[in-house]
Order: sequence, then structure tokens, then C-alpha cells
Amino acid sequence: MGRYVVRRLLQMIPVFIGATFLIFVMVYALGDPVSALFGDRGPDPATAKALREEFNLDKPVWQQYLLYMGKIFTGDFGTAFNGEPVTALMDRAFPISFRLMVIALVFEMLIGIALGVITGLRRGRSLDTSVLVLTLAVIAVPTFVLGTTAQYFLGVEFGWIDPAVSPEARFDELIVPGLILSLVSLAYVTRLTRTSVAENTRADYIRTAVAKGLPRRRVTVRHLLRNSLIPVVTYLGADVGTLMAGAIVTERIFNIQGVGYQLYQGILRQNSPTVVGFVVVLVLIFLLANLLVDVLYAVLDPRIRYA
Amino acid sequence: MRGSIRTRLISAVAGVVAAALTATACGGGDGSGGGGGGSFVRASWGDPQHPLEPANTNEVQGGKVLDMIFRGLKRYNPETGEAEDAMAESIETDDQRTFTVTIEDGWTFSDGTPVTAKSYVDAWNYGAHLDNAQIASYFFQFIEGYDEVHPADENAEVTADTLSGLEVVDDHTFTVRLTEPFSLWPETLGYAAYAPLPRAFFDDHEAWLDKPIGNGPYKIDSYRRSQSMRLVRYEEYAGDDKARNDGVELRVYTDNNTAYTDLQAGNLDLIDDVPASQLANAESDLGDRYINQPAGIIQTLAFPLYDKDWKGEDGAKLRRGLSMAINREEITAQIFHDTRTPATDFTSPVLGEAGGYRDGLCGDVCSYDPEGARELIEEAGGLPGGKVTITSNVDTGSHRQWMDAVCNSVNNALNDTGACTVNPVPTFADFRNRVTGHEMTGMFRTGWQMDYPLIQNFLQPLYYTDASSNDAGYSSEEFDRLIDEANAASEEDEAIEKFQQAEEVLTEDLPAIPLWYQNGTAGHSERLSDVKLNPFSVPVFTDIKVD
Repeated sequence: MGRYVVRRLLQMIPVFIGATFLIFVMVYALGDPVSALFGDRGPDPATAKALREEFNLDKPVWQQYLLYMGKIFTGDFGTAFNGEPVTALMDRAFPISFRLMVIALVFEMLIGIALGVITGLRRGRSLDTSVLVLTLAVIAVPTFVLGTTAQYFLGVEFGWIDPAVSPEARFDELIVPGLILSLVSLAYVTRLTRTSVAENTRADYIRTAVAKGLPRRRVTVRHLLRNSLIPVVTYLGADVGTLMAGAIVTERIFNIQGVGYQLYQGILRQNSPTVVGFVVVLVLIFLLANLLVDVLYAVLDPRIRYA
Repeated sequence: MRGSIRTRLISAVAGVVAAALTATACGGGDGSGGGGGGSFVRASWGDPQHPLEPANTNEVQGGKVLDMIFRGLKRYNPETGEAEDAMAESIETDDQRTFTVTIEDGWTFSDGTPVTAKSYVDAWNYGAHLDNAQIASYFFQFIEGYDEVHPADENAEVTADTLSGLEVVDDHTFTVRLTEPFSLWPETLGYAAYAPLPRAFFDDHEAWLDKPIGNGPYKIDSYRRSQSMRLVRYEEYAGDDKARNDGVELRVYTDNNTAYTDLQAGNLDLIDDVPASQLANAESDLGDRYINQPAGIIQTLAFPLYDKDWKGEDGAKLRRGLSMAINREEITAQIFHDTRTPATDFTSPVLGEAGGYRDGLCGDVCSYDPEGARELIEEAGGLPGGKVTITSNVDTGSHRQWMDAVCNSVNNALNDTGACTVNPVPTFADFRNRVTGHEMTGMFRTGWQMDYPLIQNFLQPLYYTDASSNDAGYSSEEFDRLIDEANAASEEDEAIEKFQQAEEVLTEDLPAIPLWYQNGTAGHSERLSDVKLNPFSVPVFTDIKVD
């Protein structure tokens, strides 16, 4: 197990380097960001040159990349155009998005799995059909439609929530945005769990457990659910990264100054330190989440062993 | 066995919960008590693009704050746009070139230090110096010695530390010598780049940027970058325009649709940019709390005069023809819901008749006439290659929509569905790179937001030979001569007349087609009264009353 984890961690290094280099090249390929800083006015050549030097934009891309990576390991992620270190932006943005992600994930796990188990055990009944139709609707409607509709009705018409989340982004303010963010994934989790549960109810070990005379609850939770969760956990693990980065739409609607917001600003203003810095952290989160998922397999199914 | 599995599962769950709790703890602690109780104005804000420094701000969000925390020598009257003395007691000159500036006594920065002549001279020297890489340093280009502290050529070395044209006479007087006569120069001094700076700015720059200190009607109480800023009334403020409210809370909104929703829900008092998608409803939603008034912004379509297809007399005919093929009335009404006004000259209505704006100066060339357009374009030998493109970035504004509409209008006028096509560029940065790199082959968007309400600002930076924003590459001896004469004129009326003559040259050559003047839009809650926008479409915060 320990050796397995170490091996996996080592494998992350090339993935990490490859991903960051790709992002770096992509941002670089968008062109020179300095002239946009001057607005509709033509850039002053001398000031533009000074700015390019400051942000290392006058060097070839591979050299910029090496300089950048070299600094990253000392904890220096460069400076955004507004003069702030990128690490300061991260300090603010990641905790907020992380909280939003956790809320979304909890919704997915609690509601998604519960609905999945219930519908999986009642295949073909009216409850099953209606939940299926509902999940289909959620998947089909774009998040921004769901988000703005919820915001308008809950925020303006009924006045139950504030339409915009405050800069502190407290837990209670994030519940509705978190739910909106989780909805699509929640629908998938429901469907995944349902299929998995439905398949496993006919498995031999379930029949054995029932034949042994174990109580129904115990059969469902201990035997059926645990074995059915493997595909769901895989999905949830991959979803952690997606939720953090994919919150751009939700964060915009509810005015949450998280990762999505900073990434959006960074891309719009072609600020490579911001974009690359945030993506680097996102890549790490994604890799670690996947590692955690693989380790969890063994917890769920002891037959899975790591060499 | 079973027990150990359970322990592992529990510890995994516990780990997640612990992480979640840590994350919460990080965010929950530093709440400032929120709420803008009392008579605070809660207003929407956008994240400034640059650090907040007077000479490093060229966009409206940063400018908004500078206008609240600084007062320079002049201030533009929020209603008429006229430059009026703020800190200046007098600005005198005999030759339109050497100016003696006397400042009023009794002004202080919000850290208690007095504002002196040196505060100005130091600030201007800082703003002009190349090493400080200030985006708006070109504002000091008229002052003698600018070339030494900020050489135009990108490889030249800086040969002086301070502007030789600036000299402190005593605590309240300094002199400015310009490189050439510029009669309207004192009227440019209301721009934020000319603000004075306190000693603290130079002593501890980082600390100052964290919480800027100025001499304006407000002082910054707290500033959380890219989140919010709380400004309170500066009680010792020496100017006439003292704040009529206790303060302003600026909140950063990532999307102005959310700000609009927040206004509707009663959590926000003021938005100064009604989202395009809500313009159709704004009047019915807000009634007389919806403000839609002219701002000093003009949108034009420029031509690449460096391209052989657009040169010569035929090129000018083509340009006139295209201009007449655009139905400005219909587009401004349908796409912009009358938040734009069809343009009939190259300036802006905010200048007023006295300031040089002349309704209808452009004449027939700027009015819709499909027949005439077709004839002119045929005379010129048709569009180059049979078609033309319109290029703009499409990441902001409603550029895509109006470009489509303009192209449609041209196509209809020419009875050719393929005559005009849109060339959308994804980002503003990319677009500006192509424009400044002279890579255009057809029409391209050139918006201009004035720096100060002067006719000079709408003409010289845009159309003077090799001027900083002369994106079309236009060059006309006659135009340049008239601008020079206007700048050297000793009387304001005379200067404005010369500028208007120069503008007439433009309507002949048409290096760019005037499209429309842009309005500022705003909406406010019932708590507020006396809300208005200044000519820069920024709310006049000091005048706002809170019930």
C-alpha cells in the first residue's frame, strides 16, 4: 500500500510537468497581453517594454517556463497585473471554492446516493420513473439557466437568500450555489448508483446474505451498498477537480470570488502567472483526488490489493 | 477484519470533514461586520486592472476610486463638464507655454500631512518616469524634459530623474514649462493622473497601495482587493464638494447581471452599468431610478489607411459610401435600446456647443442613404475584392450584435448578402495586438473614452500624424496644422474654432466612420436621491443623499 502510494506520487511528476507546460504554451499562444493594458490607446513603447521585462514576456517561451517553474518551487507564483502576488489571489480564492466544492460534494453524496439506492431497489415503479425523468431534466437544462432562475425566485421574489454571496462567502450563503453547482453531477451520481445497485441485487453474495437470514437493512447497507459504490466513488473523485474548476458559471452568477472568478479574469486579461498558477494547483488537486479514490477502492472492496 | 475496515472508512470520512472545517475556519474569521448601515451608499464596482495609483489608472473602475479620494488642481463640473478650479487658486501664463500654478492653502491628505507644491511636482515626476512603468505616463508628455525621463524609443536610456519643466517656487507655488504652446493645457488638469501624492506614497509604497491615501472628499477605511472597498467621508476635506453621505461601500461584482439582481432584491443601492440584457426591462423595473445619459464616449469604425486598398481618392469614396450604408438610427434603437445616439461628428455631446460639439457636422456622410452609398461605392470601383470585414474583440460589450447589424445594413444597402462579414476576435488583448501591429485589412472598431472633456482629446490623440492612438495610420498636413494652431491660440473660442475646422478635414477624409455616442446607464434603489452621472459616466458620489 505504502509503496503503491509512493509510486503513484512519483508518476504525478511527469503529468504535472506536461500539464503545466501545455497551459503555459496555450496562454502564451494567445499573444502579447501588454498592449491590452493600455486600453484603446496605443501602447507607449518604452513603458510596454519595461512591463514585458518585468513579467519576463520578452524571453522565449521555454525560458519563461523554466523561470516560472524555478520560482514555483520557492513558493513564488509571480505577480498578477494588478500588482498582487498570485499567491495572495490563491489564498483568497481557493478556500472559498473549496468550501463550495465540499458543499456540492456533500449534496451529491447524500442526495445522489440516497436517491440512487431507493430507485435502484424499486426499479420500474413510479418513483423510479419520476426520479429518472427529473435527473434527465436537470442534465438537459444548462447550469446558468438553473442558477439565474433559482437566484431570481429565491433572492428577489421570495427574498429567502441574498442573490450575491458576500466576500466572506460564509457556509450558509453557499448552500444554494453549492446545490446548483452539484445538480448535474448529482443527477449522474443518482443514475450511476441506481444502475449499480440494480445490478448487484441479483448477485450471488446478496442471495447468500439474504439466505443466511441477515436483516434487510444490513444486507442493503453492508453488502449491497458497499459493493455498488465503487463506480460512484470513481466518479466523485474525478468530480472534485471538475467542481473546483468548473464553478466558473456558478461563481459568476452568485458573485463568488473563487477560483473560477480568478481564472476567468486571468484568461480575459491574458495574465499568464494567474492562469498558470491556478491551473497548477488545480492539476495537483485533481491528481490527489484521483489517488485518494484509488486508495478508497481497497477500503470498499478488500479483494482489491495493491502490490 | 470487519472492524478494521470500519476504522479505515471512518478515518477517511473524518479526514474529509476535518479538511472542510479547516477551509471554513479560514474564511469565517475576518468578517468586517459587513453591512452598510447609517447613510452609506452600497454601490457596485469592478476589479481595477492596475494597482490604484493616479498615473497608473486608465480605466473607469480604478478611476472611480481616484475621483473619490483625490482632488487635483481642477475638477470637471459634473453637469457641464467644464474644468473648474479645485485645489488651484490660479494658473497663469503669458505665452501659453510657461504656467505658474498657485495652490490653495489649508488642504491636507487624509493622513494629516499638508498638500504642498512639492506634492504635485513629486507626483508628476513619479508618473512620468519610465522606471515606474506607469500606464498613463503619456499625460506628462507636454511637460519639458519628458523625453529625458521617458524616452519614446524603447531602446533609449533614461537621462534624467526629474522633469526639467517643473520647478517648486514655494510651498504653494510651482511653475510648469511645456515643450510647445498648449492653451487648453490647464483644463486637462482635472484628470486623475495629475493628482498630488503624499510623502507616504514614496516612503512606503507597498503600504500605500494596500490602503491609498489621498486628499479627496473620501478616505479609504478598508480595502480588500478584488472584493470590496469601504470609503468614509474625510472630515477635514477642504474642497467645496463635501460628501453628503457618510460613505460609500464599493462591492466587486463579477457579473453586472448579479449586481442588477442584487439591486432588485434591495441589497445594493447603486449600479453604474445596467447589463445589456436588462436594458429592455430597466425602465419598467426601475422607473425614474433608471438613468440613461450621454457620456464622453464615441464608437467609430476605422480603416487601415496603411493598406493600399483604402488609399487615395477612391479609398475616401469607399469610406464615405460605407458610412452612408449604415443605418445608425435603427441599430441604436433596436440593439442598444436608445443607450447610444447616432453620431454626427467626431466628438461627444457632453462637450456642449461651447466646448466644440457640433450636431450634424458630418452631414450627409453620416446619415443613412442606401442609394447614395451604392453609387459612391460603384464610382470607387466597388469594394476591394468585392467584400469588406468588420473586426473587433467580442469578449465584452455587445460588439458581436452591433457588428452583425452594421454588416446587415451594409449588405442590404448594396443588395449583396456577402458584401460585409464580421471578423470576431476572442480577446481584447489579441484585438489590440492586431490593431497596433497594423494587421487590419478592413474596417475595425475604435472606441474612444475621453480623458478630459475637451475637444482636443477627441481629435489629437486619434488623428494627428503618429499620435498615440492613431490606429488608422491617418496623416494630413492640413489637419495637423489646424491642431497646432488651435493649441497655440490664446483665446479659448479661437482654439475651439480651429479644432472644429480640423474636424471638418476629417469629415472629408473620413479615416474613421463615426457610429454613435455612448450613454452612461445607472440604476439606484429607493434609499438614494440626487443620483447623477458625470460626463465620464461615473456617479457623482459626493452629491448622493441617503434616506
